[in-house]
This record gives sequence, structure tokens and C-alpha cells, in this order.
Amino acid sequence: MAMAGSEQNKIPQPLWLLCELTYACPLQCPYCSNPVEMAKVKNEIATDDWIRVLREARKMGATQLGFSGGEPLTRPDLEELIAEARQLGFYTNLITSGIGMDEKRIKAFKKAGLDHIQVSFQASTEDLNNLIAGTDAFEHKKEMARLVKKYGYPMVLCFVLHRRNEDQIRDILDLCVALEADYVELATTQYYGWAYHNREQLLPTKAQLAHAEIVAKEYQEKLEGKMKIYYVIPDYFEDRPKKCMDGWGKVFLTITPEGTALPCHAARQLPGLEFPNVKDHSVDWIWNESPDFQKYRGLGWMKEPCLSCDEKEKDLGGCRCQAYMLTGDATNADPVCSKSPYHSKITDLVDRVDELAGTPELEEKPMVFRNMKNSREIIKKKSSETA
Amino acid sequence: MLKDETDKAIGPDVIPTFASTHRLQWEEAQDCHVILYPEGMVKLNPTSAEILQQCDGEKDVKTIIEDLQKKYSGADLEEDILKFLEVAHGNGWIRTK
Repeated sequence: MAMAGSEQNKIPQPLWLLCELTYACPLQCPYCSNPVEMAKVKNEIATDDWIRVLREARKMGATQLGFSGGEPLTRPDLEELIAEARQLGFYTNLITSGIGMDEKRIKAFKKAGLDHIQVSFQASTEDLNNLIAGTDAFEHKKEMARLVKKYGYPMVLCFVLHRRNEDQIRDILDLCVALEADYVELATTQYYGWAYHNREQLLPTKAQLAHAEIVAKEYQEKLEGKMKIYYVIPDYFEDRPKKCMDGWGKVFLTITPEGTALPCHAARQLPGLEFPNVKDHSVDWIWNESPDFQKYRGLGWMKEPCLSCDEKEKDLGGCRCQAYMLTGDATNADPVCSKSPYHSKITDLVDRVDELAGTPELEEKPMVFRNMKNSREIIKKKSSETA
Repeated sequence: MLKDETDKAIGPDVIPTFASTHRLQWEEAQDCHVILYPEGMVKLNPTSAEILQQCDGEKDVKTIIEDLQKKYSGADLEEDILKFLEVAHGNGWIRTK
């Protein structure tokens, strides 16, 4: 027993708990990271289940807590969950589109002890913002950003970048300055979930990226110490993968709306996982004992070219989901890596977008918006393909 | 904005306040004080935590240095404290007036 105990102590405990409270959302962003098969999820777990998750994860040392979704504001128990989280000592982040929020609720969140509200924008102009969001949201978002400031929250604005808005980067940053943001996340679209489905429609050109990088750097220098600007080059344009989630089962724990525990919010698509649910198991067991959280922890699962690679500790072979989506095998190297035999799957796509950007073949291809109707259609199509 | 034009550069007469947009707390699991901010955490060594706890919006830098030097039996801490406060201000952990 002493042996088992000391072994367990070597597993780093979760620091980050992401609670995806719901898949319901009034927006329809075509790059949403929620699973395209989200319509399969019928039952959200109850307030009591969430409260138990919060207590157990906090006891293990989790400090940062994200309430996201879907749109977390659609949960009527959000205030109650915030109050519990704050009382437990979590730093509570609300990750929201701002739709469903008003001054009364912002005030109630503050009273409950919410630390931070991150408002996402889709673009710097009303037309494009509303087109991408699939709803009329831009003016309301700006109003919410002002109220976030008024109530003394640190203000983080998040813009997801892709080919349709990448060239607006200067306007985006000027909007952030006008709204007096403290932090700006220029979040590159990650090609999972709906974004993977729409990747030809969303992937930027190399010229767009080069321009965005220059402008981001210019503003980073200009606003140093005043506004922190996070900008990361999308990994499709790199030749080494990112250390995904900082390691499988190392820092992050995601709980989905129906209570499934995942090492990252995209992992649900991976084959061979058992998807432990917080209704059946403790968070401690899930993190330290469950087969899912052991599966890609450390280096033991690796094969070539990762196995003999001298950079394997640095990036841990990249992202398991990206490896699975692009090579069909989650134990392969992330094909972002130029050492992967599948690297051309990425470079071919980047080259194709570069060649065809601006032509009807690419630009007139409709985006598949994230909504339950489209999700049901995708599920139907997939089941008829496998039948 | 984490800072604006009203923020003064760190000096003996400046009054620092721990930023209301950040949280300073003891973390049992980390066995140290930490600064928490949107989606981030910085672990602090005991000295840094102690300096930040002095940034109450009332004491000026001069007094903070005197108090801490008294506490640590007259050790010369001035340079270290000034340097740390500059880093803290640069990161937006404290505001100054």
C-alpha cells in the first residue's frame, strides 16, 4: 500500500478544472470546440453533482476554474456554482459570449464572488461579428464589456482568428484599447470540433498570418505593461507540435455537460476511451486511477518517430486528437511535426488554402454553423456511413 | 488597462496597492502563496509574498522597506525590495499612486 501511495504521489494533481456546464448556446460559431455530435447529449448533470466535483477537485489542489459551455449563462444555477467555487478558494473564470447577461446578473456574479469574466468577440465590425456568431450580438457584447469594467472585474477579451477576420487584427486591437481591456487573447482557431469540419473555410493564408504577427507584435510593444496581448502562431503553420494541454492528465481536467471527465475538451472523439463519469466515480479516482487518464500520460504509449526523438520530453509528441483526426491513430506523432510521415496532410491543406483563397471554389463553400440541427444531420450522416 | 498614465514609477514616496484585479492567497497544495489572475497563477517565494502583503494602499515604499528591514534585524533589503516592486508593477500585480 505504501508503494502504491508513493507512486500516486508522483502523478501531478490537476490545477485547472474546466466545467462545460452545457452545450446550449445562442451563438452558432463555426469554429466552436464543442463536439460536432453534441446533439447526442441529452441530460446535463445537476447542481449537486457540479458542487461535488468542485469540492473534490479543490481538495486535490485545483485552483483555476473555468465555467464554459456552450453558453454557461443558460444555466440558472450559475450564481450558486460561482458562490460555492469562490467559497472553496477557486479563482473563478466565466467564459462567455455575453449573450444572456445583463447588469443585474453581472452584479449578482460579483456578489457571489466571481473573479473574472472573459467576453468573446467574433470580429471587430458588426456585420462580420454577427455573420460569424449567427446572431445579432455585437452591440450587446460591447455593452457587456463596458459593464465588466464598471464592476471591477479584470477584463479579458477573446477574439478567435481565422481567414475571415484575420485582416481585421488592427481594428480588433483598437477596439480592445477603446474598451480598456486588461488582457487580449488573439486565439487562433484550433482545428477540432466544428472548426475541423470547417477548416478549409477558416484556415488563414500564410500572408495573412505574417501580417497578423507583425501587427500583434507592434501592439504588444506599444502597450507593454498596460494591456497583455496573447498571440500564438497556429500550429498548422509550425513544424513542431505544441505540448498539448501541457501533458495528458497533467494539469487540465474537463467535465462535460453530462458529467464525462476528459483530459482535454477535444478528447471525446478518441477511440478506446471509457469516459468515466463523475456520477459514477470520484474526481480523485478518475484522475489518479482511471484507465483514460493513464492512457497517454507520460511517454510509455509512444512509438516512432517520437520514441527515439530527443524532443519527446519537450512536446510529448503533440496532440493525441490531432494525431487521430489526421492519421487515424492517436499514438502517432502529431502530424504538425515535420518528422511525422503524415506531415504533408497539414502542409498540403495550408498550400491549398494559399492557392485558392479568394477564389469561389474556397470562399463560396458554405460554413457549417454550430447548432443542434446541423449536429443531428452530421450524426445521421456518420451513422449511415458506418451502417 | 492593467496600468494607466496615473501610475507612478516605483520610488521611495510612491504608495503601492495590490491590484484589485489579482488575488493573493495561500495555496496548501503548492505550499506557498500564489497570485491568481485570469487563467493564470504565479507561485511566490516567502519574501515576495511578504512584500506584496505590505502593498495595502496606505504605506509608501520607504515605510515598507523600513518595516521589513526592522523585522529582519536591520538587514539591507532596499535594493531587493525596489527591484521586486518594479517587476510586480511591470506585471500589473500592483498599482501605484
